[in-house]
Amino acid sequence: MKSKRSLLATPYVIWMALFTVIPILMMVVYAFTQEIVVDAETGEKAVRFTLNNFAQMGAYTVVFLRSFKLALVSTAVCLLIGYPVAYLMAKEGPQFQKIAMALIMLPMWMNFLLRTYAWMSILENTGLLNRLFKAIGLIDLVNHIMGTNLQFFPMINTQGAVVLGMVYNYLPFMILPIYSVIVKLDNSLLEAAQDLGAGSSRVFRKIILPLSLPGVLSGITMVFVPAVSTFAISRLLGGNNLMLLGNLIEMQFVGTAYNPHLGSAISLVMMVVVVICMAVMNRFGEGEEQAVIL
Amino acid sequence: MSLKQRPSIWGRLFMGLVFLFLYAPIFVLIVFSFNNSKSRTVWNGFTLNWYVELFRDSQIMNSLYTTLLVALLSAVIATIAGTFASIGFYNMKRRWRDPLMTVNNIPMMNADIVTGVSLCLFFVAAFAGWNGFVKWMESTYRLTAPRLSLGFGTLLIAHISFNIPYVILSVMPKLRQMDKNLIDAAQDLGCTWMQAFWKVVVPEIKPGIINGMLIAFTMSVDDFVISYFTAGAKTSTLAMTIYGMAKRRISPKMNAVSTLLFVTVLILLIIVNVRQAHQEKAMAKQKK
Repeated sequence: MKSKRSLLATPYVIWMALFTVIPILMMVVYAFTQEIVVDAETGEKAVRFTLNNFAQMGAYTVVFLRSFKLALVSTAVCLLIGYPVAYLMAKEGPQFQKIAMALIMLPMWMNFLLRTYAWMSILENTGLLNRLFKAIGLIDLVNHIMGTNLQFFPMINTQGAVVLGMVYNYLPFMILPIYSVIVKLDNSLLEAAQDLGAGSSRVFRKIILPLSLPGVLSGITMVFVPAVSTFAISRLLGGNNLMLLGNLIEMQFVGTAYNPHLGSAISLVMMVVVVICMAVMNRFGEGEEQAVIL
Repeated sequence: MSLKQRPSIWGRLFMGLVFLFLYAPIFVLIVFSFNNSKSRTVWNGFTLNWYVELFRDSQIMNSLYTTLLVALLSAVIATIAGTFASIGFYNMKRRWRDPLMTVNNIPMMNADIVTGVSLCLFFVAAFAGWNGFVKWMESTYRLTAPRLSLGFGTLLIAHISFNIPYVILSVMPKLRQMDKNLIDAAQDLGCTWMQAFWKVVVPEIKPGIINGMLIAFTMSVDDFVISYFTAGAKTSTLAMTIYGMAKRRISPKMNAVSTLLFVTVLILLIIVNVRQAHQEKAMAKQKK
């Protein structure tokens, strides 16, 4: 009877095979092949095995490094901001927590592209922040002190702007998993530690921090993965000079440099590097419950 | 240090600043949807023109319609499929369940762009094969069938695919929390398994199902990357239309449509919360 009920999963298993497993296998096949003209006269093409796509990637080392650097920085910033927020939220009353949760989820209803676009109007050279700085005389002050002649602070189209965009967009993904772990902590554990003479910083270090580690790991994953692969944020806030891995892949599929084989190879390498990072990181959290999302 | 001790004034100030950071761009967007010029940085007086023009803009209205339809359909289908899949997985032997759950987690762990790109490759190749077959049938047997291309169908399939794992993630824990004896008890009392399922299992896991559907709907509305690679040239969601505009200049009409969406959700949330609070109060009174 029990095995019969497990058949309820069959349609979804077939669905997964079709739309999760086969597409990824196809991506692997594409990454290791190339379309070449075999017959110059008829223009007939054939697909051949090659490692060329990976060799070509060497030219993009800068992009790889930049992507991983910016993603790491924004993950770190998200953690530094997100952990205290999650911790403080968990200490508030239930009504406050409910409202705070809603406030964190709510921005998702304003499309992330549009919110990122709003940052453009805030950060632009003639944008809202620069206008504000000018109005309060900050720019003149800096010019006076530094001896420079700035008309505005250059903020848009810098790496900082891209990091800001990433932090802004992915901060909720850091707060939510950490919060959901901390809020479930057994309060009597903390009281026991206090009764046994642990000071407040010791309780935090020895109990709250280790027990909230699964949430932290889950948060890091949920921020790092989209950050390393984004192409919209870098396009909007980074201008044309700050190409990231995502932009590189996008170009191979929809842009002028159409080459799905190279695009697949880049995606594959990115995927493998991310999986390795996650595996190494999860080693630290070994033995913990599977981290929770949302 | 206990979790019951409320944060200090500094803690609250810090939280306030973070929320300010999260809402500053939203505030800017809403304010400039009422701006009496196309500028997105200079205020030129109040107008409701963008809201009026919005409803005349067929491109935006179409993409809004596509976004909501895909979100609704994919959330409903993913919720049904995901709930049955969860029950199936729950009753499965570990040996089978663990690897399948790993595959189930792939779309959630993978970068969106990888999911989008791989689905794009798959659809394009599958359709090339199918269209070649149709062409061959036409030339040899004079039979024909519709040719397929990327569009609403592929968009919907992609959204269902990335939504189901979220539903399972939210339903599975509720199934695990459920007392297994309940089903046996219902069956001992004469229910068929189907009756036990509807009268016992579904009510028990209902919060998980509803939560899963809400997450699925939100994810679908918020998605851009996967849609971008699977929707083709003719179908466009709101996010895709925005991205297309961003290369030139985004019309304030977009601010207007987003403000409307945002306010709608805000009002819904408030209504739900107020109703819950009322119910809780009523419950508390009854207890007294």
